[in-house]
Amino acid sequence: MQMKPIVEMHNIYKRFGGIHAVEDMSLDLYPGEVVGLLGHNGAGKSTFIKMLSGAYQVDSGTIRIDGKEVQIENPSVAKELGIETIYQTLALADNLDTAANIFFGREILTRFGALDEPAMEHAAMKVMKRLNPQFRKFKDPVINLSGGQRQSVAIARALQFNARIIIMDEPTAALGPHETQMVSDLIRALKREGIAIVMISHDLHDVFDLSDRISVMKNGRHVWTGSTDETDKDEVLQMVILGKLPDGSYAPGIVSTEDA
Amino acid sequence: MDEVATKPRDGLGHRLRTAASASQIDTRLLAMLGAVAAIWIFFQIASGGIFLSPRNIYNLSVQTSVTAILATGMVLIIVSRNIDLSVGSLLAFLGILGGFVQTELLPLEGTHSWWISMVVMVAVGCAAGGAQGWLIARFAIPAFVVTLGGLMFWRGAGWLFTKGRTVTPLDSTYSVVGGGSIGETWSWIVGLIGFGAITAITLWNRRRRKALDFGVKPMALDVAIIAAAGVLIAAFVMTMNAYTFPRSEAGRGIPVPVLILIVVACVMIYVANMTRFGRYIYGYGGNPEAAQLAGVNTRRVVIASFALIGGLTALGAMISTARLNAAPLSIGQLLELQVIAAAVIGGTSLSGGVGTIVGALIGAVLMQSLQNGMVLLGVQSAPQQMIMAGVLIFAVWFDVIYQKRRV
Ligand SMILES: Nc1ncnc2c1ncn2[C@@H]1O[C@H](COP(=O)(O)OP(=O)(O)OP(=O)(O)O)[C@@H](O)[C@H]1O
Ligand SMILES: [Mg+2]
Repeated sequence: MQMKPIVEMHNIYKRFGGIHAVEDMSLDLYPGEVVGLLGHNGAGKSTFIKMLSGAYQVDSGTIRIDGKEVQIENPSVAKELGIETIYQTLALADNLDTAANIFFGREILTRFGALDEPAMEHAAMKVMKRLNPQFRKFKDPVINLSGGQRQSVAIARALQFNARIIIMDEPTAALGPHETQMVSDLIRALKREGIAIVMISHDLHDVFDLSDRISVMKNGRHVWTGSTDETDKDEVLQMVILGKLPDGSYAPGIVSTEDA
Repeated sequence: MDEVATKPRDGLGHRLRTAASASQIDTRLLAMLGAVAAIWIFFQIASGGIFLSPRNIYNLSVQTSVTAILATGMVLIIVSRNIDLSVGSLLAFLGILGGFVQTELLPLEGTHSWWISMVVMVAVGCAAGGAQGWLIARFAIPAFVVTLGGLMFWRGAGWLFTKGRTVTPLDSTYSVVGGGSIGETWSWIVGLIGFGAITAITLWNRRRRKALDFGVKPMALDVAIIAAAGVLIAAFVMTMNAYTFPRSEAGRGIPVPVLILIVVACVMIYVANMTRFGRYIYGYGGNPEAAQLAGVNTRRVVIASFALIGGLTALGAMISTARLNAAPLSIGQLLELQVIAAAVIGGTSLSGGVGTIVGALIGAVLMQSLQNGMVLLGVQSAPQQMIMAGVLIFAVWFDVIYQKRRV
């Protein structure tokens, strides 16, 4: 690619007590591309992207946005940089309604500094229409919504604020085939708008369908990154499960660690 | 209107609930109001017409004010998954502090003594609450532990101030806060302002929703609600005005503690529902991790909520000590439990995320009505407490059932 990367995460380390959740992981992200981040359970995918979304701080390593080094100290900083995240756990406040969740932390205020509920509800309806046209339960706390509807709310929250970078941690995990299709269409539409997307998913079919590049992690380490066209599902499975590269060798650091 | 027409399931209860949700009425609040009404009617009959006399309503409203003021703060504390056990002790400490400032630090009956001591009380109350909140938010010490510490600490600190001596008498201007009332004319003015505000807010909401093409409640319903509010306000003012001073025609009007309660209630309802802080309290209570990931400064929210209840405790301390015209060390004992009970009876869930200011206010009124009524009927204080316990358990049980059926 000739374009400059919008995100550069280089040599990122993160440990929790004795666990090296992420070790020397790197990833670049270009405008308008979808990168599928793969790895088995506990590989460190969520931990890695949470350092981009501000939920965790890197132990060491650098993050650059538009070529400029940044310290993403908290989620607000990430959002100011145009990074939106759909978390694996969705991170919804169950007792609040759809609009309140979409605008949580970034409420629309009236001239007098009070919450502007009608304006937020109005905007919520508009953005939810793109995702889930049949959705009507705007007055309900989101705990009353179905898994798929909740996921739509989490996605809507990322769409509402003109993100440049969207991180999706298993965005279709709770969705039926119809909604999954909707999210796939949405991802393609976002891509056309030039938004960069990191998508974590266990569904190889989806990943091959949607992503331009694939990056594989194992035991917190980087295994392989390359164009989706250059590889196939079997190769990727080998990398995910064994850490075995297409040429039969192993990525640095992979064999030395205890395999699960 | 965005409610979907659900298939009519049989059962009157279900149809009532559907109708209520279509008109956006909170059935739970209605049930509580019904319970209060039933209690009032019962005591009115059982006491031979004394319970609802102007004099008793006046007293009841004054007795309710301190618990209710604190309950509005406690709701936010509990909604955000914390608890505050220190309010009774802190109230005693702040009362003694206020008494100390106005009688010993400053000249007794000095022109400025009363308000300076009030400012000191509120400032120290906020600081004390904020300090507890800081320990909770900064070091992740459970609120139960920190405020249990507060419960032991503040009364002890009050003792150190005066070596256990009760500060009395207090400044006479200060005493108005506890025992004064605002007279007939001003009571009507306050009532009119309240009525005007309710009308204006309802109309403004309608216009705002219409402008954005949202469904609005049927006009008739809004008018009915406004009319009902008007009738209640008028009835309240007339009752307060009907309680006259001894050997005089002049009505007392709204008591100052109740006026303070009204202002606090309005401010707290606004804070809880219409400000970012309120939204964060509820969101944090619903899912603390979500709040953090949404970029909310959750520490600041927790500290602020405790500072807020500290400030409300100072108001409670003013009212309690001013009523007694003294600041004894024993004041506010077990108040924390009463306040928590009011919030819980009012529908606040101890698991966080759920609870309303209005509910807590009704909870406080309900509890105080029971207590007041039982005293009128000559029920001894031991059975009184046992009955209150039953009511508390029953209210929570009712809530559990209600929450289950609502899905
Ligand atoms: N907050 C935490 N505290 C301690 N350990 C953690 C924490 N978060 C993650 N870990 C550990 O770090 C490792 C990586 O976890 P992570 O959630 O990043 O994996 P993942 O690739 O997202 O897995 P999955 O596919 O199951 O979502 C795991 O061993 C996990 O137990
Ligand atoms: Mg994960």
